[in-house]
Amino acid sequence: MTVTDQLAQYLASGLVVGGVYALIGLGFVIVYSVTRIINFAQGEFVMLGALLMVTFEARGLPAAAAFACTVAAVAALGALLERAAIHPIRGAPPLAALIVTIGASIALRGGALVLWGTDPVALPPFSPGPPHHVLGATVVRQGFWVLAVAAVVFAALWFFFTRTYPGTAVRACAVNARAARLMGIRVDRMFLLAFALSGALGAVAGAVIAPITYATYDMGLMLGLKGFVAAVLGGLVSPPGAIAGGFLLGLLESFSAGLISSAYKDAVAFIVLIVLLLVQVAGWLPWRVAEET
Amino acid sequence: MTAGRRWAILLGAAALVAAAGGFMRSSYLLGMLVFIALNAMAALGLSLVMGFAGQVSLGQAAFYGIGAYVSGVLSASYGWNPWVAMAAAVAAGAATAFLIGLPVFRLSGLLLAMATLGFGIIVYYVMVNWSGVTGGPSGLTGVPPLAVGPFRFDTDARMVWLAWGWLLLLLGLAGNLVDSRIGRALRAVHGSEPAAQAAGIDTARLKLGVFAAAGASTALAGALYAHYLTFINPSPFGFAFSVELVVIVVLGGVSSLWGSVLGAAAVVLLAEGLRSLLPLLSASRAGAEYEIVIFGLILMLFMIFLPAGLTALGRRPA
Amino acid sequence: MIAGPLLEVQGLTKEFGGLTAVRAVDFRVAAGQIKALIGPNGAGKTTIFNLISGALEPTRGAVFFEGERLPTRRPHAVAARGIARTFQLARLFGAMTVLDNVLVGCHRRGEAGWAACAFRTRAMREEERQLRTRAQRTLELVGLEARADVPANLLTYGEQRLVEVARALGMGPRLLLLDEPGAGLSPAEHLKLAVLIKRIRDGGTTVLLVDHHMDFVMDISDEVLVLSYGEKLAEGAPQTVRRNPAVIEAYLGEEPD
Repeated sequence: MTVTDQLAQYLASGLVVGGVYALIGLGFVIVYSVTRIINFAQGEFVMLGALLMVTFEARGLPAAAAFACTVAAVAALGALLERAAIHPIRGAPPLAALIVTIGASIALRGGALVLWGTDPVALPPFSPGPPHHVLGATVVRQGFWVLAVAAVVFAALWFFFTRTYPGTAVRACAVNARAARLMGIRVDRMFLLAFALSGALGAVAGAVIAPITYATYDMGLMLGLKGFVAAVLGGLVSPPGAIAGGFLLGLLESFSAGLISSAYKDAVAFIVLIVLLLVQVAGWLPWRVAEET
Repeated sequence: MTAGRRWAILLGAAALVAAAGGFMRSSYLLGMLVFIALNAMAALGLSLVMGFAGQVSLGQAAFYGIGAYVSGVLSASYGWNPWVAMAAAVAAGAATAFLIGLPVFRLSGLLLAMATLGFGIIVYYVMVNWSGVTGGPSGLTGVPPLAVGPFRFDTDARMVWLAWGWLLLLLGLAGNLVDSRIGRALRAVHGSEPAAQAAGIDTARLKLGVFAAAGASTALAGALYAHYLTFINPSPFGFAFSVELVVIVVLGGVSSLWGSVLGAAAVVLLAEGLRSLLPLLSASRAGAEYEIVIFGLILMLFMIFLPAGLTALGRRPA
Repeated sequence: MIAGPLLEVQGLTKEFGGLTAVRAVDFRVAAGQIKALIGPNGAGKTTIFNLISGALEPTRGAVFFEGERLPTRRPHAVAARGIARTFQLARLFGAMTVLDNVLVGCHRRGEAGWAACAFRTRAMREEERQLRTRAQRTLELVGLEARADVPANLLTYGEQRLVEVARALGMGPRLLLLDEPGAGLSPAEHLKLAVLIKRIRDGGTTVLLVDHHMDFVMDISDEVLVLSYGEKLAEGAPQTVRRNPAVIEAYLGEEPD
């Protein structure tokens, strides 16, 4: 393989992983902008998306139906989490809500352990066949599925937020919840909607990545944290920012693993996070990651 | 509580522990006592951070690991006297917390929590990957036990004395601190930050001080852990332990010093109870892993149904 | 007295987005004075306090204290220079006792650090005794010595305001900023407050206060500054200001007091 082939390979795998981070990051952004809560359980939505997809397919559902059921089930779970754990403590400080979602994420991971056990399970790719070769890079077919599904989701979200009434209402809550309430928007329903949406986004991410990485009960923590870093990279309240942040993080990981060392591949995201926060504190960042105290 | 009464209570507790170390024969129970002390020590600082600075550290396990590895490596690989190595470990814990806190304490609480989480994970990767020094995933053996002259703290009973001795000493010092000029300033910051600043209190520096003190006490616990087990590997210092420490603080009640002891006792007993019960319920699967489900549920339920401690974590932005 | 004013405000301007809350305000406070800032709601009085005390950063202009420029956005550093303040809505440490509240005010007068406090060194205990004596005496000054061990949030509203004044006095300030100290007080409490403020001045602490209550302000102030929509309208002795036509139109006219 030539050097350019290698670089093309890093680029391709970075984009594929980045698409997944972008989907997960969007989930964080939607919940955070509406509720000012960092939903630590976001990664567990991804894990459940992957494992449910495997289960539904194993029960004989065709891939498309399994996908739809998975997304619907995890979206419902997101809504349930909001009702069961977030709604009862509304008005509590954000750190308390963070701890609640940490608890929820651990409980969900444990629940998955009970249901699915510890062994990784494989999911067949959405379409079978050998990898494609693009510009010297070898890309598995599922990689294209990841990018295509991500693109469809981005477009659908854009349409939802800019062209539909509920989407506009969600945005209004994100800008100013009190004003939105005065305008007659049911803010608590928007909380519910935000959690359901983020559940759906997590499920999509999990379902498309599972054929590439296998699905395990403990895959959610790392994927969730990386999605969070993607969201922070993009400013934490900006959906386009989270998408850009996801791809940027995917590329950073893949190039640093290829060019420097793969030992610290999973640490890249956290180094990025800390550097980013330091740069913001120093006042060098042209955009704001989130409010300072 | 007056200083005199505080020390009387601590001396009483010390007598109980001394008796336990002297008369208990079960090394299983003694080991549990040691771990209760170590976890309480590690959580003590975090309870001050959560209770007074109103912040959550999700990377506290990193300081436990730093304490264990600094003390372990210096004494096992470089032949330092274990006490000196332990002092270096405590200094390293405080210094790391200070350096991390310096920029990070200007962030909002949520980002601070996530930044400490990121820090914890980076430290974990360093422990796993810097094999030349840390021994990598398989760990480091041959950490010498602490000793005073010929008296070596190498049995469970002696370790109960040592760990509880340190814990009670720390509780006494922390109690003194809370009941002093610095402690009043901390409670004032907790009460109203603008008013505390108007009284001339540098609130950012004070929070940094709490964080550094927490780093030091957690590192001390980590160092004692290393000299107790004489073997360390990275796995106990991961994210799960950071969460366990948060659970201890939430169970014991934030900003309550004895609360961290009660919380640690509850968590250690619960984990042991689950470990003995769960294999009976489902023999085929990894029983120890189940305790995380219970911890998650406890964390959630406590935060939802016992919100009294919540106010410590700052107010919701308007 | 020393030459030059204790506090000098030069061209102080604060803009919030498009809104100018304070526009190019200049004034001086001489040592030993009681000076009042008055003006209708939204005139920028509290904003000026927040700018002086360092809680806000001015858009333009500066504040000089004893001839030196004050730091901005670091309220604790301003306090360390000898400027204490109270808040419009009392911000007490509710769970702490009245005495502890005043002791927090004395924070800067102590030096015991983390180690000294943790080990209760002899010097720390001696310092603690002195601080307690001082806090007790401050409580006697405001007449709350009998309530020393009561948690602050159990006091009446009027008492809470006095605790806030005592806390501010605890640090031994050279300038005391009182933000509407009389708001919500009964007439009897107002009278007591006026006596207290004069006594504070006579004790050597310069006072700058904000208040709505005209009679109260005119009675105790040596000098009054009238603000309207963020700008200085008039300044001078109470009697002169009271007869100023612009003041009557802008403030007294609307709100006969």
